[in-house]
Amino acid sequence: MHDIESLLARARAELAAAGDLALLDAVRVRYLGKKGELTALLKQLGTLPDAERRAAGQVINTARDALETGLNERRSALEADALRDALAADAVDVSLPGRGQQAGGLHPVTQTRQRIEAIFGAAGFTVSEGPEVEDDFYNFTALNIPEDHPARAMHDTFYMPSGKLLRTHTSPVQVRVMLEQGAPLRLIAPGRVYRCDSDMTHTPMFHQVEGLVIDTDVSFANLKAILHEFIERFFERSATLRFRPSYFPFTEPSAEVDILSESGRWLEVLGCGMVHPKVLGNAGIDAEKYTGYAFGIGIERLAMLKYGIDDIRLLFENDLRFLRQFN
Amino acid sequence: MQGLEVESLDPAAPPLPGVVVGRVLEVTPHPNADRLRICRVDAGVAPLQIVCGASNVQVGGVYPVACIGAKLPDGTLIKPAKLRGEASEGMLCSATELGLAEKADGLLELDASLKPGVPVAEALGLDDQIIDLKITPNRADCFCVAGVARDLAAATGVPFRAPATAPVSALIDEVFPVTIGSPDDCPVFVSRVIRGVRSDVPSPFWLRERLRRSGIRSINPVVDVTNLVMIELGQPLHAYDMDTLSGDLTVRRGQPAEKLQLLTGDEAELDANVLVIADARGAVGMAGIMGGAGTGVTEGTRNVVLESAFFRPAVIAGRARRFGLQTDAATRFERGVDPAGQLAAIERATALLLDITGGKPGPASVSGALADKRIPAVLLRRERLAQVLGHQVPDTEVVDILQRLDMLVEAQHGGDQVPAQSLEDLQHQESNTWGWQVRAASFRFDIAIEVDLIEEIARIRGYDRIGELPGQQTTRLGTASDSVVGLDRLKNVLVERGYQEAITYSFIDGDLDSQFAGGTRGVPLVNPISAELAVMRQTLWPGLINAVRHNLARQQNRVRLFEAGVRFTPAGADALSEQTVVAGVAIGNVIPEQWDTKPASAGFFDVKADVEALLRLSGEQSSLDFVAAEHPALQPGQTARILRDGVPAGWLGVLHPALRAALELPASPVLFEMDAEALSRARPRRYQGLSRFPAVRRDLAILVASEIPAGNLLAAVAEAAGTALKDVVVFDIFADKRIGSGQKSVALGLILQETSRTLTDADIEKIISGVVTHLAMKFDARLRE
Repeated sequence: MHDIESLLARARAELAAAGDLALLDAVRVRYLGKKGELTALLKQLGTLPDAERRAAGQVINTARDALETGLNERRSALEADALRDALAADAVDVSLPGRGQQAGGLHPVTQTRQRIEAIFGAAGFTVSEGPEVEDDFYNFTALNIPEDHPARAMHDTFYMPSGKLLRTHTSPVQVRVMLEQGAPLRLIAPGRVYRCDSDMTHTPMFHQVEGLVIDTDVSFANLKAILHEFIERFFERSATLRFRPSYFPFTEPSAEVDILSESGRWLEVLGCGMVHPKVLGNAGIDAEKYTGYAFGIGIERLAMLKYGIDDIRLLFENDLRFLRQFN
Repeated sequence: MQGLEVESLDPAAPPLPGVVVGRVLEVTPHPNADRLRICRVDAGVAPLQIVCGASNVQVGGVYPVACIGAKLPDGTLIKPAKLRGEASEGMLCSATELGLAEKADGLLELDASLKPGVPVAEALGLDDQIIDLKITPNRADCFCVAGVARDLAAATGVPFRAPATAPVSALIDEVFPVTIGSPDDCPVFVSRVIRGVRSDVPSPFWLRERLRRSGIRSINPVVDVTNLVMIELGQPLHAYDMDTLSGDLTVRRGQPAEKLQLLTGDEAELDANVLVIADARGAVGMAGIMGGAGTGVTEGTRNVVLESAFFRPAVIAGRARRFGLQTDAATRFERGVDPAGQLAAIERATALLLDITGGKPGPASVSGALADKRIPAVLLRRERLAQVLGHQVPDTEVVDILQRLDMLVEAQHGGDQVPAQSLEDLQHQESNTWGWQVRAASFRFDIAIEVDLIEEIARIRGYDRIGELPGQQTTRLGTASDSVVGLDRLKNVLVERGYQEAITYSFIDGDLDSQFAGGTRGVPLVNPISAELAVMRQTLWPGLINAVRHNLARQQNRVRLFEAGVRFTPAGADALSEQTVVAGVAIGNVIPEQWDTKPASAGFFDVKADVEALLRLSGEQSSLDFVAAEHPALQPGQTARILRDGVPAGWLGVLHPALRAALELPASPVLFEMDAEALSRARPRRYQGLSRFPAVRRDLAILVASEIPAGNLLAAVAEAAGTALKDVVVFDIFADKRIGSGQKSVALGLILQETSRTLTDADIEKIISGVVTHLAMKFDARLRE
């Protein structure tokens, strides 16, 4: 039986030395294959006398089991090594940027409009739109700005050869909706408006959101409340507001609203007022039964305050270096 | 905080350090210069020797002296000097040198009673502020100092002191005859003759200084006084040189082709739309806007006719702008002046004038009739006041505010009039007829309806005293339509696909625009701000291309922009139609430069994928077609017209090479423009059962003529394959010599599946052979071996 022990020792040494799965398999074939050394010993068992055969069989089987276990262990180890090497070869530099398309972004004016719509939308305001080329009637006359009214001079209107004009505010939308739907109403009307004016704080085209609420019991105090709440929601901070008496032909009483900036200056943010009875009358709404308020918000104005933009013209240059700052 | 917005606050004069009042004690000729003289001047301390070149310097005269060390507004620093060999220890100054006038003749002559050595700023009251107010169009009454003071008095409770307007006694009987031929336009015309005025004397310093601070140039004392009274009382006046008038003055409408030589030197052609003042020879002034040349007051004028009239706003409004003459008078008349204030104004002007120019006044002569000092009553209902403001104002305060605003207030209860404020006793009752009858003064003719009074009360009390009251709203649910794809959702798709949203102007350079519209001109603006922004855009492309160019010029080589906005299509005879579109442009690499991807420039199919992504939100594939077409701005052969349900819905294509060259672009951008409405119609969606049976794929390679569009092949496959066809893809297209010229090979993958059973080989064979036969019939297509 000395043979067995030395055979096992030799086989173990070869197992340990097998550097890859192919060499390992060669070891297996050499000892356990059909013509393997251990297999040969098993085959010789029959030639032994009965008395020895049993004990010898036991020794050989034990040796075979031990060899198989060693083979399996070695195989597992070699497989783990191979996998580790393969994974190491597949490793990537995770600090490299991802591949594929990169998203663009919405214009800051759009983002501001969407936020305004969301804030008022939650309070049941619906969104209305109207044409940008307007009739004199909707833009002026119906809003209590008859021809030759001095307020027309404040509007710097662009005219078309047909006598139509580019709306100077989104207020004509309120007239259209009042005529179509009558009272009660609760709406906002965002859109482009136009005035012949151009400098650091004016562009010939800009965006407004008109707001209108008409119901049987709507008051100036309601207007103050909703605008205060809106400003705080929009700027996401508590805000001090100042309502200053002003004049718009389509509202009375009229006010301009200032907010107190963090630096302690009053900044004008919007105009508002109670809908003038003549405007209600022009739209076929009983001004005795219904009252209403309206407000006009400059979207660029709010965007500039929110994002700290100091020149309105940047909003229409469409410079990617500017636009991407809002992505 | 009462509606009078302060636009600016500026010092009335520049600081004048070192400039004091000086009295000339002695004047001697300069030994070395004829035009210079040597003055000894008392400027408070030891007399100074000052060399002076002004002709009006005289012994005993009092002038501003800039002492050594003084700094004048133009920056001049006064230093000891020698002028032609004579020492000069300062400088006697003119109004110009002190920054108080644009031009001046000689030294500024000061009041002889002023004490030498006193700083000039103090002596002349220059240490003051000019408050520039923005007057809203409804507050015509605040277009004068008195009006502003009156309103401030009402708000603050400080008593109001009006300028003196006591009648001036006539010294002569003469009256200049005035006929009002157009009483609707001019209900009252007050005039006065003043004989023997000295209009050649300069206006006193205080008068010139007041006008200067109001932004009005001094002309001569007569004109200056009329302007001052306008600033004070808001009533524009006009003064005629009586000796230049022939015959009576008549107020009438202009006659066709009538000419008027204006004070500006221009000639205006009048018509019946314009109100004029005329004498026997013709128009001598455009009423309420500007006087005529030749009849105005000059230095030589000795006899004057003053005019103080009321012209209705309706006959003034718009005329000044039409003639380009937005004068101070027109600005006031078109907003409306006090219809009862003409007499007071002429009395004030006469008194001032006599003080300055002397002369003998005639009586103030009123043609027509002054308006009532009170306008008709307006009812203010107590309940309405509370309802509109959402705030209860105590009755006593209501009455107090209205009275402070110079209004007559009578309480009214159910139609019975009771004295003001007695309502207090009945406060517990509520009635819609409860309130006050309010009569405002004539200068507050803007008070016409109840809400005008409500505004007055809120304004004078202060808006801050009205609380914030959340509205009681009826709960209403919103809408969230399944059949509409919102514009914001479309925008998000483009954003995710790498586009940046742009906003470009709706008006653009007309030539550029027409190049994108095949030469068709867009609708122009009558009054554009510039040639680059002159025409309403017919497409969003040129604006986007301009934005591309802006970015390319700033080293941004990959530009993907989109815009959602209106395009304006001419619709004959000045009309136009508005259409909201979503347009985009892509130039440069499809994806940003990155470490493991070969850069590829965006081509037709890259952008088509973006357009398809938009369409996928709304349309079923079957409702959409991309059809080869021609567009003047796009490259022939790489242009598709997009149809939805057979109706044109947009364009996709590569910019035409000619335009690309003209616009000097380094590469060809791909453009699209889609009708937003077509994109917004969401397809009706409905669940269909999923098949439990396996799907099979069969690939076909067919040969067809190269001009056959793949889209047509796909449509034909769908027709022939029937309901078992779940999907079909084009997975390869190629052409080469082996296939033969004019032919192409199209490889199609058909995904087949039935909902009720497993497709057998025989089923599949039947479908495929049907498809092949159909393609052969329709396109002469054959299977590639």
